[in-house]
This record gives sequence, C-alpha cells and structure tokens, in this order.
Amino acid sequence: MQPLLEARGISRTFGHVQALKNADFNVMPSEICALIGDNGAGKSTLVKILSGADLPDGGELLIDGRPIAFHSPLDAQAAGIATVYQDLALAPDLTPAENLFLGREIKMPGLLGAAGFLNRRRMRRLAQEQFEKLGVRLKSARVAVDALSGGQRQSVAIARAAMWAERIVILDEPTAALGVVQTQRVLDLARRIRDEGTSVVMISHNMPQVLDVADRIQVLRLGERVAEFGADEVGVDDLVRAMTSGESGEKAA
Amino acid sequence: MSEQATNLVYHDRASLEERLLNLLATGWIFLLLLVLVAVFYALRPEQFGSAYNIQQLAINAAIFMVLAVGQTYVIITAGIDLSVGSVLVFASVVSAKVMLFLSGEPGTTFGTTEAGWGIVAVGVLTALAAGAAWGALNGALVAYARIPALIVTLGTMGMALGFAQIITGGVDVRAMPERMVTHIGSGELLGIPVLVLIATATVIVAGIMLHLTRFGLHVYAVGSNEEAGRRSGIRVHRRLVAVYTLCGMTAGLAAVMANARFGTTTIGGHVMANLTTISAVVLGGTSLFGGKGSVFGTVVGVFIPIILLNGFVILGIPPFWQTVAMGAVLIAAVWVDQLKRRLRKRS
Repeated sequence: MQPLLEARGISRTFGHVQALKNADFNVMPSEICALIGDNGAGKSTLVKILSGADLPDGGELLIDGRPIAFHSPLDAQAAGIATVYQDLALAPDLTPAENLFLGREIKMPGLLGAAGFLNRRRMRRLAQEQFEKLGVRLKSARVAVDALSGGQRQSVAIARAAMWAERIVILDEPTAALGVVQTQRVLDLARRIRDEGTSVVMISHNMPQVLDVADRIQVLRLGERVAEFGADEVGVDDLVRAMTSGESGEKAA
Repeated sequence: MSEQATNLVYHDRASLEERLLNLLATGWIFLLLLVLVAVFYALRPEQFGSAYNIQQLAINAAIFMVLAVGQTYVIITAGIDLSVGSVLVFASVVSAKVMLFLSGEPGTTFGTTEAGWGIVAVGVLTALAAGAAWGALNGALVAYARIPALIVTLGTMGMALGFAQIITGGVDVRAMPERMVTHIGSGELLGIPVLVLIATATVIVAGIMLHLTRFGLHVYAVGSNEEAGRRSGIRVHRRLVAVYTLCGMTAGLAAVMANARFGTTTIGGHVMANLTTISAVVLGGTSLFGGKGSVFGTVVGVFIPIILLNGFVILGIPPFWQTVAMGAVLIAAVWVDQLKRRLRKRS
C-alpha cells in the first residue's frame, strides 16, 4: 500500500548535535501510528519537520508518493497535515466554536459578509456537528475555552486539527497532563478520527497506552528509526528494548 | 473540575449559573453606575435630574468616550496606548493650523475665522490622518520591532506633544472656523448636542465592529493568545497595526471635537487623558491581560468618574474626593477581574 506520508533519510543537525540522522518514517492511510523514543531520540525534531515548523538538512518528504517541501506550518496545513502541540495553542478567552474556526471564519452571505460580519450561528452549528461526530462533550458551547477542563481543552484542540486536516493529525503527547478518564476520552477521540478516514500520528511516552491505541509503532533511537512493529505483535518489553538498545528482535514489515 | 460536569451533554445555551456569574462579574460596575445615579438623583432630584445637567454630563463624556473606545481595542489586544492625549493635541494643532492657513487669515488671528465647510472638512481629515499616522507608527513598532507597547507609546506620547509644541511655539492656536464651533462644538441636532451624536455614532460603529465582525474576533484572538492566532493563519502583525491606527484615529476625531468645543487648541489640557481612558476601559471590565472586554463596558466606565464628580459638586462635597473615590473604584475593578479569572479557572 502507498504510504500517505513518507519521510526518507531525514537528517537535521543543530550545531554539534545530530538530532536526526538518516531517519525514515511513514504514515499509512487510516491508521493510528505511534512514534516513540527516549528523551533526545529526535521525536520533537521529526514532528517539527513533518508539520513544517523546521526544515531538514537532508532527506525527502513524500505525500502520496510525490515529493513535497514544507517551508512553513501553513504549507503542511495546505497538504492536509495538522499538529496539536502540548501547549494546544487555543485562544483561552474565545469559545470552542470560535477556536475551531479561528483563521477560517464563516461570514454572512452577501453584503454583510463582504463587510466582514461573522455568521456565528452557522459556526456554532458546524462546531456542534464536529464535536458530536467525534464524541466530544463540552459542558457549554458558549463558555470560554479557559473555563473547560484540561481534557476538554485537549479535545477542542484535537477536534480543530481534525476538522481542517484531511490527511494526518499529529498529536504531541496528547495525554501527558490528563487524568485517567480524560485520557481515555482523548484516545477514543483519536480512534474516531481514524475511523473518519484521517490518519493519526501519536507521540507518547506511555507504552501501555501506545499498545492500546496504536495500529503500528515506530521507534526512534539516537536520531534514526530502529524498529517498526504492528501493535498486536509486541509487548512493553519489546518496545523498551528497542528504545534503549536499538534491538528490535524481528523487524516487522 | 468534576467528572460529572464533563458528562453533561453539549448544549448551545449558557446555563443559568454561568449567566448569573457573568452578570455578577461584568455587571457590578454597571450596577454601581445605576446606584450612583439613583443616589444622586434621590438626594438632589431637581439639580441632578435636570435636562441641562444631563446634557452637560453627556457633553463632558463625549470626547473622553471617543478616546476610550480606541483604547478599548488596544487593551483587548493586551496592549496599551499612553499616547492618546498627546496624539489628540498633535492632531488638533495640525488641523487648526491647516484650517487657519486655508482660510487665508493671518496666523495671529484670535477668535474665529470665516472658513467655509470645505476648509472644515479638510481640517477634520487632517486631524484623522495625523492621528492615524501616529497610531500606525505605534502599531508598527509594537508588532514588527517587538518593543513593549508601554515603552513605544510612552515614547510617542513625548514625541507627539513635543512636535505639537514645536509647530506652535507652545502657544495654542486660538482661531477656529466659526461654523465648526457653532455647529459642531455647541450645535444641536434634534435637540441632541452634535458632540454627543458623534460620540454615540463612534460607540455604535466600534461596538458592532468589535463584536460582530471577523476583524473584531481577531482582535480578541490576538490579545488572548498571539501564538494561537499566528498558527491559525491570522496576520497578527497587520491586525496590531490596524488596531493602533484605529486608536490613533479616534484620538484624531477627539481632537476635532475638542477644537470645536473649546474654540482653541488645548495643548496643556490632555496630560491625563491616557490614564483616564485606561481606567475607564479597565473599569468597564476589559482585561489588561487582553482577550476580554466590551465597548459597552467602556461606556459605563467612562460615565462613572463623570457622574461621581458631578454628584460631588452638586452635593457640595469637595471635588477632590472624586479622584480618591476613582482610585479606589479602579483598584476594586481590577481585583474583581482577578477574582473572576480565578473563579472561572475553578468552575
């Protein structure tokens, strides 16, 4: 099967530090793919390159088999890739609907729209549809995002990414700050996004969680991909061994 | 955050509790205004409630109101504009000089000139353009040079006033077109002072733009989380320049109103304009941290010091008490804002 997104031989050096050396990575259609690795393995650098926030020194990116270059996050967004960072980047004083449509607001039809008037009712309705589709439950649509719980804020940020990314949503440690129940909700959300046909890349430290939610797991160590597993063929021990020693046992295709 | 609340079904309307909380948080200053009006009216109904007094209150508020509306936009972006008073002075001086020059009368003219409406129109446009130019400079320095707004506008505050004094040699321009003074400064339309009409129109247009348009939403977004705005594709720098330019333009409009009202420029008269507008905006519930605020709140915030002063004068309380009371109210307003934020975080 043709990968949706493929990174081949990516290198990135910061001064004396080689963050990525000849790293490969790929995302298949409609899958949840976990990217794991120890601290300093190059996960963040790779994510930045995939989302257009950083440029590689070498290697190439392909989308649907065709080479592509991202010079800014907007390029990646245009290619259908959206990233949810740990800091979420929501406007805390705006409502969930306003955040969902920020930068892509819907205006009134006709003259009013030409004058810049917003169609808030329509944005609220579409936001509600999006939240319902993804199973996100918020206590109120009109309250500022700031008033929501951490898990709800995370859900709003992910729902927003899923709304505008046709191909891939990248989640950087999406459950790091969440409690058990909220974590479960966010993982459900990732599954729903996959079931809607958008692939999800999840960066995580939590091995059991990765095994629980991911379809496929790729392991980075010291700047290169050292292993690639199907989630149902490995256990936590295998993942830890791959992360720390680079040995993968048998390498899955 | 209890899990129970998370399980509530997503609904489109604010709950009663939220509404009450909001009303209490943003409404108390409006309530204070109503209480002040009620108390002063109860104590001195004839004087305080007279048509003349109400009209004077509105006229006193008008210039201040226009300035505060511009300041509201700036503060919602988490900025501040200390230069509004100086920009007002600069715009009024330049506008007055241009009108005097066009009327062909000597530069030493006192009193009024015979300039026609065409010249007045040029004067108005000059004032607006002069204000907008200072605002654009403020905005560009804040957005592109990344200098804190406090410092940028502190700098342009000195520069604008300095240039106004250089242009005039420090002496007020005392010749205004008579038409402008009689028809705008002390004129009425349908029994309402023209100055009040201008201020009302400004408030309405600014309120609609802030609360109903895409530009307005972006103003909130930039103040709430600039980085989020940038990642969403909002041209944050351009929005900032536009907001400061708008604020400069309101200072230009206020300059026209001041010229028309007093029949002279007032170089020494607006030293405190920045602080009074900022305190009015903050009183009105606009957060100094950005992202939150309303034009209606600012209207309330503008009237509180004016009503206080008026009431004290009518009651025979030394007017100096007004500044004391205002200081206390301002601190209380910011305290309530902090409480509100904490409350919201916890809810």
